[in-house]
Amino acid sequence: MAMSSYNGILGDTKGIAGLFEHKLSTSEFKGGKAYTEIRKGAIASFLKSGFPGKEDEKWRNSDIEKFLESRFEFAEGALPADVDVDKIFACEVPDLDTWLITLLNGHYAAKNSDLRILPQGIIIGSLSRAMRDAHELVEAHLGRLVNNDKNAFAALNSALSGDGVFIYVPDNVIVEKPIQMVNVVNSESGSLFMQPRNLVILGKNSQLQLVHCDDSRDQAMHFTNAVTEFFIGDNASLDHYKMQNINDHSAVLHSGWFTLGRDSRLTTNAISLNGGFIRNENEIVLKGEGADANALGVYLVDKKQHVENHVHVSHLVPRCTSSELFKGILDDYSTAVFTGHILVARDAQKTEAYQSNRNIQLTDKARVNTQPFLEIYADDVKCSHGATVGQLDAEAMFYLKSRGIGEENAKMLLMYAFASEIVQKISILNLRERIDDMIKKRLRGELSICDQCVLHCSKPDQPIQFEIDMSKI
Amino acid sequence: MADDTRNILDEVTGKEYKYGFVTEIDTEFAPPGLNEDIIRFISEKKEEPEFMLEFRLNAYRRWLGMKSPEWAHLNIPPIDFQSIIYYAAPKAKKELQSLDEVDPELLKTFEKLGISLEEQKHLAGVAVDAVMDSVSVKTTFSDTLAKHGIIFCSFSEAVKNHPELVKQYMGSVVASGDNYFAALNSAVFSDGSFVYIPKGVRCPIELSTYFRINAKNTGQFERTLIIADEGAYVSYMEGCTAPQRDENQLHAAIVEIIALKDAEVKYSTVQNWYPGNKDGEGGIYNFVTKRGICKGNNSKISWTQVETGSAITWKYPSCILQGDNSVGEFYSVAVTNNHQQADTGTKMIHIGKNTRSTIISKGISAGLSNNSYRGLVKVTKRAEGSRNFSQCDSLLLGDKCGAHTFPYIQTENKSSIVEHEATTSKISDDQLFYCQQRGIDAESAIGLIVNGYAREVLSKLPMEFAVEAQKLLSISLEGSVG
Repeated sequence: MAMSSYNGILGDTKGIAGLFEHKLSTSEFKGGKAYTEIRKGAIASFLKSGFPGKEDEKWRNSDIEKFLESRFEFAEGALPADVDVDKIFACEVPDLDTWLITLLNGHYAAKNSDLRILPQGIIIGSLSRAMRDAHELVEAHLGRLVNNDKNAFAALNSALSGDGVFIYVPDNVIVEKPIQMVNVVNSESGSLFMQPRNLVILGKNSQLQLVHCDDSRDQAMHFTNAVTEFFIGDNASLDHYKMQNINDHSAVLHSGWFTLGRDSRLTTNAISLNGGFIRNENEIVLKGEGADANALGVYLVDKKQHVENHVHVSHLVPRCTSSELFKGILDDYSTAVFTGHILVARDAQKTEAYQSNRNIQLTDKARVNTQPFLEIYADDVKCSHGATVGQLDAEAMFYLKSRGIGEENAKMLLMYAFASEIVQKISILNLRERIDDMIKKRLRGELSICDQCVLHCSKPDQPIQFEIDMSKI
Repeated sequence: MADDTRNILDEVTGKEYKYGFVTEIDTEFAPPGLNEDIIRFISEKKEEPEFMLEFRLNAYRRWLGMKSPEWAHLNIPPIDFQSIIYYAAPKAKKELQSLDEVDPELLKTFEKLGISLEEQKHLAGVAVDAVMDSVSVKTTFSDTLAKHGIIFCSFSEAVKNHPELVKQYMGSVVASGDNYFAALNSAVFSDGSFVYIPKGVRCPIELSTYFRINAKNTGQFERTLIIADEGAYVSYMEGCTAPQRDENQLHAAIVEIIALKDAEVKYSTVQNWYPGNKDGEGGIYNFVTKRGICKGNNSKISWTQVETGSAITWKYPSCILQGDNSVGEFYSVAVTNNHQQADTGTKMIHIGKNTRSTIISKGISAGLSNNSYRGLVKVTKRAEGSRNFSQCDSLLLGDKCGAHTFPYIQTENKSSIVEHEATTSKISDDQLFYCQQRGIDAESAIGLIVNGYAREVLSKLPMEFAVEAQKLLSISLEGSVG
């Protein structure tokens, strides 16, 4: 069974336009008529702007040229029947009981059923299946938040995405177990271009914890262009954790589009541990009074890795609060970009919005670009932002060293303390412990050398063991 | 309380622009429009050497290929560059030898502005170069300065008398094709001020230029070049006003500062171009490129600005910190009211080792205005041990205005420290209550709080300006209870 119908240079917009036409004419698109219209609009937006380049303000510090010039295979369709996802990948957080969803190469890979309906009416499943079985819900929400004119990659996803995850939590339902979705990239046939499209709907007074992992299993250059739309109903609560741990050659772009109802709460936390090119974009719109949004992130990069976090928070109504805190440690030739943008609309009084980006730069070759923006049209607001780039505190280093702690260990300790501010805010205890452990390993340089599954991490008190395949040495 | 606030605000915003008069004075114009012939006309009129014409034409050709910048947080109506008069000069019959020969009307104008050239000369001890409609009218004190070897004259004179200095430094900091408005200025600039401080000389008095747009439909395109040779020091002040008119007038200036080894230049501006009426009609478009380079080691450039005028301000006084241990400073208070728009800030480019920069920006917005800070701090690989501290605060008076902050920070160096802080707030009721409780009425309390808020910057101004700036601040804002 053929996995793809397009294999070419990614930057070739004509090829992509051709692919779209072909799919349209062969009615390969899922999602019904209404969504086909959205696709048409999206491809038009995409073709109008093309792939972003250095001349785009938002992409000035992003080097995606090498990806655009590379050959990718568009990952399509279902899995080959003979692949057992559980066998090649078993992501689990020890002692963490979750509803697990696995995507292989951006496509839903459940063994038994495509759409699970859990007790209390919670629906978890493949988006393409939901387009058929829960089409009313999908039609009312899919594509409603994404602004295709603003984001070319999101437009491309809107136009061509085939599948992803669909989560629906009905009104007044608290999802007891976290839902964990894992996208594993593994390909024997070459570089893949994947466009998962997810849709998460939280009804009134509902609660959900969602853990979202990106992981790669091979060392090939892959490109994930994911888009997720989150509808958070009145007084609902979403905890969203994004873990990114992909190989040094791959790219992950993820744009999250959030809309928050009255008195709702959002925490979105991006933990970027490893990756060639990672770009997280969050578009958070506070639409109901009293909504509260927290965007957090930590990035630990070395070698030639590149991590970006872009957060745009729109305060459209009074009495909302938001905070952003992003922290990063940069080693070797790595680069980091942060742009925060808080918009307080006219009459959105009593807004409180905070924004902070802190970086530790360990070498002269690393580069930090940070742009914390405020755009404010109301007077009764409390807004502040701050950004710093610096080194480990020399006095703190001295303090530790004078107490007999070696240079390396002192450094580690301080970096760990720096990152732990974000980690401590993770509300799922077991996940917090594991990420804590992963960060320790990452700082010791053990994580990136780990070719095997890093997610089989031991508990902190257990010794770390790697399986080494002797035949490869 | 709210009604009172509105009344007081209305009263304030209704306040007339004090400098909005027009002087009836014989003026010589070039025909409106922009083309190579006009540029040749200007150059010829000013009896410029060949290299100047080349420079102008070169800039014009580059300008033709450029687009008006759109990245700023400004709403700039399209400008018809063909309807603007690029050269307007008060008719001078012969070269002026003393103040007595200056047109009395002109002297009156400057007197009305509070800068009587005569008085300035005798009392204040400030050397003034007065520029009206792009032509330098009179420079005072040049003889006194000449004793120290200081050159302070109009740009055209400098072109004639010191072409080697002009040739060497003009365009070396702001290249003729640097940006759209810089290119336009390079093509059509008519006059401006020129300052050269020789090695080891500390300029004994403050130098000052006063810019005045008078004629209708004209644009003002002046150019200032300040060169501080090794170990020199100069404090330079700049002020500006324009008459009240319904149409918008364009002001596109360039300021270049060169500080050689151990030199220090302090540049202060009180910008008070006509801001337009309270419905946003008329006013000056102020598109200015100001940049200084700390070329030598241990040099220092300090920008202080109080921006209260102009319908639209687009201005980023910057420092290139090339020499080791050089210092760049930027202190700014920007006030916008009614329909004014300002997008202003700075760029600090750290190239040399142990370079330091400080940015203090205070934005105050009232009425329907929008006030943005936009700044870049760039630390290059070579700039070991460099340090930046930025603080940008915004104060909102009223609920229809906007205050925005767009900082850009780029570092490529592990031993440097860059910090940026910003807050946005309004005058708190607690502060107001505290003052009122002690018998200070609301209006004075606001003045007090705003002046306190801007004090960090105002205290950096030379004395002559500090008084004017404080007055301006209170005129723009008194009574604006937030």
